[in-house]
Amino acid sequence: MTSVSVPGSERRHELFGMHPRPSPPSALSAVATLAWRAMLKIKHVPFQLFDVTVMPIMFTLLFTYIFGGALAGSPREYIQYLLPGVLVQTVVFITVYTGMGLNTDINKGLFDRFRSLPMWQPAPLLGALAGDLFRYSVASALILIMGLILGFRPQGGIVGVLLAVALVLIFAFALSWLWIIVGMLVRTPESVMTTSFIFLMPLTFASNIFVELSTMPGWLQAVVGRNPVTHLANASRDLMHGQAAGTDVMWVLIASAFIVLVAAPIAMRMYRKER
Amino acid sequence: MSNAIETSGLIKTFGATRALDGVDLRIREGSVYGLLGPNGAGKTTIIRILATLLRPTGGTAAVLGHDVVREARAVRQKVSLTGQYASVDEDLNGTENLVLVGRLLGLSWRGARQRAAELLDAFGLAEAAGRQVQTYSGGMRRRIDIAASLVAIPEVLFLDEPTTGLDPRSRSQVWELVRGISAAGTTVLLTTQYLEEADRLAERLAVIDHGRVIAEGTSRELKASVGASALHLRLARADQRGRAQELIARVLGDGVLPGPDPTALAVRLANPAQAAAVLSVLTEDSVDLAEFSVGNPTLDEVFFALTGRAAEDSAQEARS
Repeated sequence: MTSVSVPGSERRHELFGMHPRPSPPSALSAVATLAWRAMLKIKHVPFQLFDVTVMPIMFTLLFTYIFGGALAGSPREYIQYLLPGVLVQTVVFITVYTGMGLNTDINKGLFDRFRSLPMWQPAPLLGALAGDLFRYSVASALILIMGLILGFRPQGGIVGVLLAVALVLIFAFALSWLWIIVGMLVRTPESVMTTSFIFLMPLTFASNIFVELSTMPGWLQAVVGRNPVTHLANASRDLMHGQAAGTDVMWVLIASAFIVLVAAPIAMRMYRKER
Repeated sequence: MSNAIETSGLIKTFGATRALDGVDLRIREGSVYGLLGPNGAGKTTIIRILATLLRPTGGTAAVLGHDVVREARAVRQKVSLTGQYASVDEDLNGTENLVLVGRLLGLSWRGARQRAAELLDAFGLAEAAGRQVQTYSGGMRRRIDIAASLVAIPEVLFLDEPTTGLDPRSRSQVWELVRGISAAGTTVLLTTQYLEEADRLAERLAVIDHGRVIAEGTSRELKASVGASALHLRLARADQRGRAQELIARVLGDGVLPGPDPTALAVRLANPAQAAAVLSVLTEDSVDLAEFSVGNPTLDEVFFALTGRAAEDSAQEARS
């Protein structure tokens, strides 16, 4: 083990002497720095990404080859329908990591340090979200690559695919604010996961990600048809396959705006409040 | 010299529990000040209020003349906090952690990297700079955590139990660092459960119990009221303890404290020479001793001397 050298008085002054403190960073620079931190975490713990993409890959393989024939005539036809939905489901699920990461930071005392620094207070939350958006993008890319290998052929071309991914990211960004609130309310990262899944399970499965709305009983169609995830799945399918998606896109944007306008101020208030 | 920290009638309640019950402190600029007390006494709550992380329920607190509630930002610009748990990102390596803090304080990338390297070197962490903090030992974590508080030198540094859980060697390293920081002019407020630590580092200290300051002064003053040293006895037979207590009281007046187990006794001594008198009176009366030692009074003995009861951990600061 190395030892701590006790600095002599001159060295000590250089190290510990009262230099004027720098002036606090701009809001943008603070957010960028915290986004950099989120990137570093992905670099050091790449398993985080692997972890969130294994499940959708298994889902896609299972559904395409086991149910594909029954649901759409052939696996190849079914994957054209399924893949945009799996992308939606995956990204929607991993938004939970935002809440879990925040909860870990609070428990570890890291947020105490952030909150005692003279920076723009919302920066830690926005920085984490910026890092999460990167994570969502990587997960989207991995799923699209897998889809292309399995025979997914988006008719809307690269522009359609990028527009669809952008829409999914917007909705994921909005949803993340909800898990930030959960992350501040509950004690452990595990309970963040459990609590969020109570909402996420019905949100993703009571949608048309796996099967068409028209195959469901009428009362269920009424519910599923109003689920924002259904609109998101419709919109990304249509965008990727080059179909008109105006109404669904509008509903997704309205739902996202609504979630952010309600959840973000609550989250900020809770964050500023003591714990 | 003016005061770096002033609190008056500080009160903090969490629901029905009263964590602080009217705390008055005056801490001189440039000094090292210790808050001594058992778990749950309210030490952490005081520090968290002063570092602007908690709002007081009542009373006022000012750091370097800035009110911690109304001028929180001005306070944050001048203080650093090292909490009880290492408040660094365990997934990141040593350099990255310090660069992160440097950037968030407003240093340039280049300036932040330079300062990180300088601190890692001075804290004996240069070799571990590229390793994730989760691989660090307890002592290394504590040091990276303190280093993170010194990326920009604060005018006031808060250290919450800086050596709890550290081995003696790491503990003395932390003490050296605190002395160095203080010598360069920073005011240090630290909390501790160890009398020895408060004694070695702090010029003045406050003993905290149940959210109140029950004694305040220099360590010398405190010791004068508690006894400079203590004789710890272990008797061979538990049934002789009453007799031993009586004999010692006859020689020294008061200052005998029954220890945690039925054969133990602690005796407060004004000077170590009194130990000889105690031992001889016990042997003359054929009280059998299993062992004895002379040392510093423990926190328990300080509390006993000040409050007439043993220090107990109160559960109320479970949220520390």
